[in-house]
Amino acid sequence: MRRDSLSFDDSARLVDEVRHAIARHEPLSIRGAATKAFLGRPATTPTREIDTRTHRGIVSYDPSELVITARAGTPLAEINAALDEANQMLPCEPPTYDGMATLGGVVASGLAGPRRPWAGSVRDFVLGCRVITDEGKHLRFGGQVMKNVAGFDVSRLMSGSFGCLGLITEVSLKVLPKPRASSSLVIAMDASEAMRELSAWRRAALPVSGACFIEGALHVRLEGGTGSVQAAVDRIGGSALDQRFWEDLREQRLAFFDDPRPLWRLSLPNATPLMDLPGAALLDWAGAQRWLKSDARATDIRAIASAAGGHATCFDAHRDAEPFHPLPAPLMRLHEQLKARLDPHRIFNPGRMYAAY
Amino acid sequence: MTYAYDERIDGPLRDHDKSAIVRDLRALLPDLQLLHDQEDLRPFECDGLSAYRITPMLVALPGNVDEVQALLKYASAHHIPVVARGAGTGLSGGALPLEKGILLVMARFNRILEIDAEAGMARVQPGVRNLAISQAAAPHGLYYAPDPSSQIACSIGGNVAENAGGVHCLKYGLTVHNILKVDIVTIDGERVTLGSEALDSPGFDLLALITGSEGMLGVVVEVTVKLLTKPQSAKVLLASFDDVERAGDAVAQIIAAGVIPGGLEMMDNLAIRAAEDFIHAGYPVDAEALLLCEVDGVESDVQEDCERVEALLRAAGATDIRLAANEAERQRFWAGRKNAFPAVGRISPDYYCMDGTIPRRELSRVLRGIAALSQEYGLQVANVFHAGDGNMHPLILFDANAPGETERAETIGARILELCVEVGGSITGEHGVGREKINQMCAQFNSDELTFFHAVKAAFDANGLLNPGKNVPTLHRCAEFGAMHVHRGALPFPELERF
Repeated sequence: MRRDSLSFDDSARLVDEVRHAIARHEPLSIRGAATKAFLGRPATTPTREIDTRTHRGIVSYDPSELVITARAGTPLAEINAALDEANQMLPCEPPTYDGMATLGGVVASGLAGPRRPWAGSVRDFVLGCRVITDEGKHLRFGGQVMKNVAGFDVSRLMSGSFGCLGLITEVSLKVLPKPRASSSLVIAMDASEAMRELSAWRRAALPVSGACFIEGALHVRLEGGTGSVQAAVDRIGGSALDQRFWEDLREQRLAFFDDPRPLWRLSLPNATPLMDLPGAALLDWAGAQRWLKSDARATDIRAIASAAGGHATCFDAHRDAEPFHPLPAPLMRLHEQLKARLDPHRIFNPGRMYAAY
Repeated sequence: MTYAYDERIDGPLRDHDKSAIVRDLRALLPDLQLLHDQEDLRPFECDGLSAYRITPMLVALPGNVDEVQALLKYASAHHIPVVARGAGTGLSGGALPLEKGILLVMARFNRILEIDAEAGMARVQPGVRNLAISQAAAPHGLYYAPDPSSQIACSIGGNVAENAGGVHCLKYGLTVHNILKVDIVTIDGERVTLGSEALDSPGFDLLALITGSEGMLGVVVEVTVKLLTKPQSAKVLLASFDDVERAGDAVAQIIAAGVIPGGLEMMDNLAIRAAEDFIHAGYPVDAEALLLCEVDGVESDVQEDCERVEALLRAAGATDIRLAANEAERQRFWAGRKNAFPAVGRISPDYYCMDGTIPRRELSRVLRGIAALSQEYGLQVANVFHAGDGNMHPLILFDANAPGETERAETIGARILELCVEVGGSITGEHGVGREKINQMCAQFNSDELTFFHAVKAAFDANGLLNPGKNVPTLHRCAEFGAMHVHRGALPFPELERF
């Protein structure tokens, strides 16, 4: 058997380790491939590492059900390969970090790729999960069906929670067929023209599934039926763009990201006008996600994002700044209460998101 | 089941002096609309699940968020339970009042606050009707995608509370996929914004958590929804089958071929005949099953998909395939499906609508199980099925005036839901647990999972004052209900014959 298709249920060990941690009041830092270790705060207290990578493998995948279930330690690359064989995909196209990223980390961080504004986020595709809780129980929430409103939506709550509420061991995701046609174009224009064009294309229902402005050119991907994609290509003009551009953008391999200054991610409402950012900027998600390379102070960058109705995350590990945007007090209180109820021993990734929990 | 709140197993509630509360609230909130006379309370005694009726102690109809905040703060201080209600169209008794509680009716929050066509979003008050959002967005060529069949009446606050779906979910998602931001008021009277106008927000995804939480975590006071560009073109195919299983296979083949239809619905013979008799949609009354498959999008793609689907349906053994020739016929095809519930209501004095979901591959097994239950209990069951996303709506036909039929209908319903759980599905796809399916929650979740839900609840509402007795059963209730407990196929009496 090839190493990349190893399948092993190691949940008993993970449950044991969590139970030990609870008994000894010894906080855990959860890791898969640690590809996103740079993202988030260092632990507030000494922690012991718990590694999910041995708990891996696709548990079930039936393409006609549009659902895949896999263990948390399964490399995303393995999942993508299985979907590829059935001509399907994870529409939210999460970054794979050179194929290393694990499913657990993908869901716990909730990072999505260039298709996100049109296809949905990681949590949008989460149907169910299994979680080891602060009581050392291995529980199941949601399921493998598209519609399920029984009880609270714990699986979507776990998505993007950076492991602070429990250890995700298994996830079921909705998947979709790959589009029949896909074409990418690059068109030279300035940023404001790019924003105007994108707005016009949206009104005209062009099948845009990627839109990135960088260095005087709009990069656009069109996906859908052959007819609609061809019609859009004809309308937009420009020149053909290698599809690998989107991969490089998703994996942050474009030259833009080589800049030594800290990397910031600004998440902004649709149609936010161009703003004067203190550094070099790349517009992704048709402008709803803006990457910024900047030495500016965290508070200044955050003030700009807040004023526009968005937020800013620092994507650089070695910064004095808090990685995540501060929460308003009433909202932070709800977070603390949730952490206190679901992880009263503060076992899971304490302080990874905010000092308070 | 006995649907009334049962303090013995649902948890104790404090007794209150109603006139003292009325006096207090009058003094505290002189402008608050408050109903307390028996005849004024009666219209609020049930939601869309009209078999369950409880007269609330009081009905409050606040007109602004300040009143909601003050009222909840008061209720919290005095330990008075509060049940929030939108338009009251819910089908699971989620807004069933409490004799010892205040019913908080959000109907007066009926203003659309802002439509931002450029950003593709609308900010609305919770009492705005689902369809009214799409109507207001229509001049901009936009619409709000989730379309529960009650969309003409149901309100967006209730849609958030129930994570409402509709016939276009497979392609366009549920409420949770189509909202950006929700403002809630907590039981402490604090207003908190969950989510934002950006595509993601810092912290836990409390927006997802509040969606479908059935008024247990907070009261929704404002919602920002996404608006989508209306599809240029939509075509609908109607296919007849002489075998339900073959129709189910056709659904799997359409999806496996890479087509995601805007809508994909199945009806069985009893539902077809009832709908045809009522709507005259041109349905094939002799067919064992019909499929309605709508493809939408850009004209050329729709044409391409339509040809592909037609070929697949033919290969799957459809006995007849018709493409709606024009918009009027398309509307007529849909009218039959959208009126299937009232149509069944015409052929039976009463009907009981179920809402289980299953992995689609289990369809024929579940349909066989339903047929056997129907025979065993001597009640007819019509099947209407959101086939694309595995959401079944078996309609159990009965006569409430015939002795024992109501109980039999409830028993079949409960057993159908347990069958759904057994095959890996869920007891509710889109109608919610509410009061109706509170016992079946014990079949879908074990006591540790229910305890986890209680912990989530306690984080928002430590004293359990928001909509107590709904959505998540107490362990005590499950212990009593345990005689019927089936958990993930681990039956308590495996030697008994089942299907």
